[in-house]
Amino acid sequence: MAASTEALAPSTRRPSGALRVVRAIGLIRESPVGMIGVAIVIAWILAAIFAPLLAPFDPNATILPFQRPGAVDPATGKTFWLGTDKIGRDMLSRIIYGGRRVLIYGPIATACAYAVGIVTGLAAGYFRGWWDSILSRASDVILSFPVFVLYVIVISTFGRSGLNIVLAIVFASAPGIMRIVRGLTLDLRNRDYVAAAQTRGEHPLYIMFVEILPNARGPLIVDACLRLGYVTITIGTLGFLGLGLPPPDPDWGGMVNEMRALAIAFPHMVVYPCLAISSLVLGLNLLADGLREISIRD
Amino acid sequence: MLIFLAKRLGYLLFTMLVVSILVFLVMELDPGSVAQKVLGPYSNDEQRRLWMEANGYLEPLPIRYVEWLMSAMTGDFGMSTRFKVPVTEILLPRLANTAILGLGVLLVMVPLALVLGVLAGMKEGSTQDRTISVFSIATTSIPEFASGVFLVGIFVLWLKWLPGVSNMVGGFDIKQMILPVGALVMYGFGYITRMTRASMAEVMQTHYIRTAILKGVPRRQVIMRHALRNALIAPFTVIMLQINWLLSGVIVIEYLFAYKGFGSLLLEAALNQDIYVIEACAMVAVLVAVGTQTLADIGYMYLNPRIRFS
Repeated sequence: MAASTEALAPSTRRPSGALRVVRAIGLIRESPVGMIGVAIVIAWILAAIFAPLLAPFDPNATILPFQRPGAVDPATGKTFWLGTDKIGRDMLSRIIYGGRRVLIYGPIATACAYAVGIVTGLAAGYFRGWWDSILSRASDVILSFPVFVLYVIVISTFGRSGLNIVLAIVFASAPGIMRIVRGLTLDLRNRDYVAAAQTRGEHPLYIMFVEILPNARGPLIVDACLRLGYVTITIGTLGFLGLGLPPPDPDWGGMVNEMRALAIAFPHMVVYPCLAISSLVLGLNLLADGLREISIRD
Repeated sequence: MLIFLAKRLGYLLFTMLVVSILVFLVMELDPGSVAQKVLGPYSNDEQRRLWMEANGYLEPLPIRYVEWLMSAMTGDFGMSTRFKVPVTEILLPRLANTAILGLGVLLVMVPLALVLGVLAGMKEGSTQDRTISVFSIATTSIPEFASGVFLVGIFVLWLKWLPGVSNMVGGFDIKQMILPVGALVMYGFGYITRMTRASMAEVMQTHYIRTAILKGVPRRQVIMRHALRNALIAPFTVIMLQINWLLSGVIVIEYLFAYKGFGSLLLEAALNQDIYVIEACAMVAVLVAVGTQTLADIGYMYLNPRIRFS
């Protein structure tokens, strides 16, 4: 008996998770808006990966201050395509390297927030009872803070570091994710396949992570994309407020903050970092919109 | 109805109480560091000990919290360590300025977002719908500080129509309000537009709208009289919740335009570790946020007969 079910299992099993994710991403081809989003995001990812090859200068090297876009460095003969900043660092190189920071910290913070939000949301939605009451109340309290009031207080008190920024973002975003996961779980826990798993005597952890979570993935993937865009905005804004990742490594928001006093005379110092962050967030939001369009249609 | 109101108010009080504990723990858990922040980095241990003794900081934590809460409830948050005046004296005029800014944003943003949302949701999937949706995604993708920078670039540097700072040095100037309001509207309207669109699109598919169209009611009247009333219930809640977002947005925009409001006060206080000002700002921000949320719930119930009569 045991042997026969094992023999049957591979043929009846659905395609593996990784394969299905690849297929879902393949579907995005059907949405032109989503494709534009994918193109923008991939361009930034490639720029970040190949930053050492693409950037014409060392992003932290002070070369020649106050150069307008298109000026030529007399020492090396290379062009400052986007000009230099007030202490002479090449803007283009800093923007390319700046993408690295956002594309490392953004996904890490989002993933951590998701880990916390999924675990608490599944627990609240599946077990109900006092777990649910406590977690829901706690998330209500956290969500009642205007987010940036929270960030400003937490980061100014505990100091600006990558870890603190990630922790603050997780603290502020996990409750929102928890609510979504909880809502989806409340719906999915009454399905037949969950009842079947319960009758089989499966462990609650197995039911939550193998039966419920994969079936909640559609709305979660769309939300993750939007949230990643929002986390990118958050990291940029914190940099702009002087609460971001510590200098001297380039950070788009931080560049705007450092150079904003000179914006009247040298607009290129602030406009290009703003364009960089806006385009990346736009890419993520268009991607999310494309995914949502597809998920509604199917 | 009364039970509902009492529940909502009780919930508001509960949230404020928990928030006050959190704020207190984050800011004042270690009395030594409070003394250092108040007396400055150049104070010595003896001065700090005397100050702590004189101000009741040697008491146990729960007693200190209760005393702090009692005086906070009467509006006494202590003295600003930076300006050497009571916190409320600085906070109230700043709050008034931010209220003006926020009101300006809502007055521009809400009608704009509702009109665009209704136009988009009226004909789901049309070119009009796609254009408005993509446009609102695009503006929502630009962080507030970046939209501020772009607006300054266009209207201050290029067209030279407007001033680039809004510090109101020579008295209140409506021209200085335009860019801060514009930047906040640009970032914020997209969300309400999309909510209105979704709500409108849903209503347009209901049976009573189809009936109205089929019996030959003019399209204009179908939308104005039948669809709008139901479609605008959901956005109402969203608009009230936007006030929570606005409290975040004003920090960025007030800093960018040097506007003397609540947001820039909080940021300055945080960067200077002006501890009592931070506490007061946090409590006020959460009170406003939770207060508007409560109003949203009550208003939602009042507007939606399906909930009101159940």
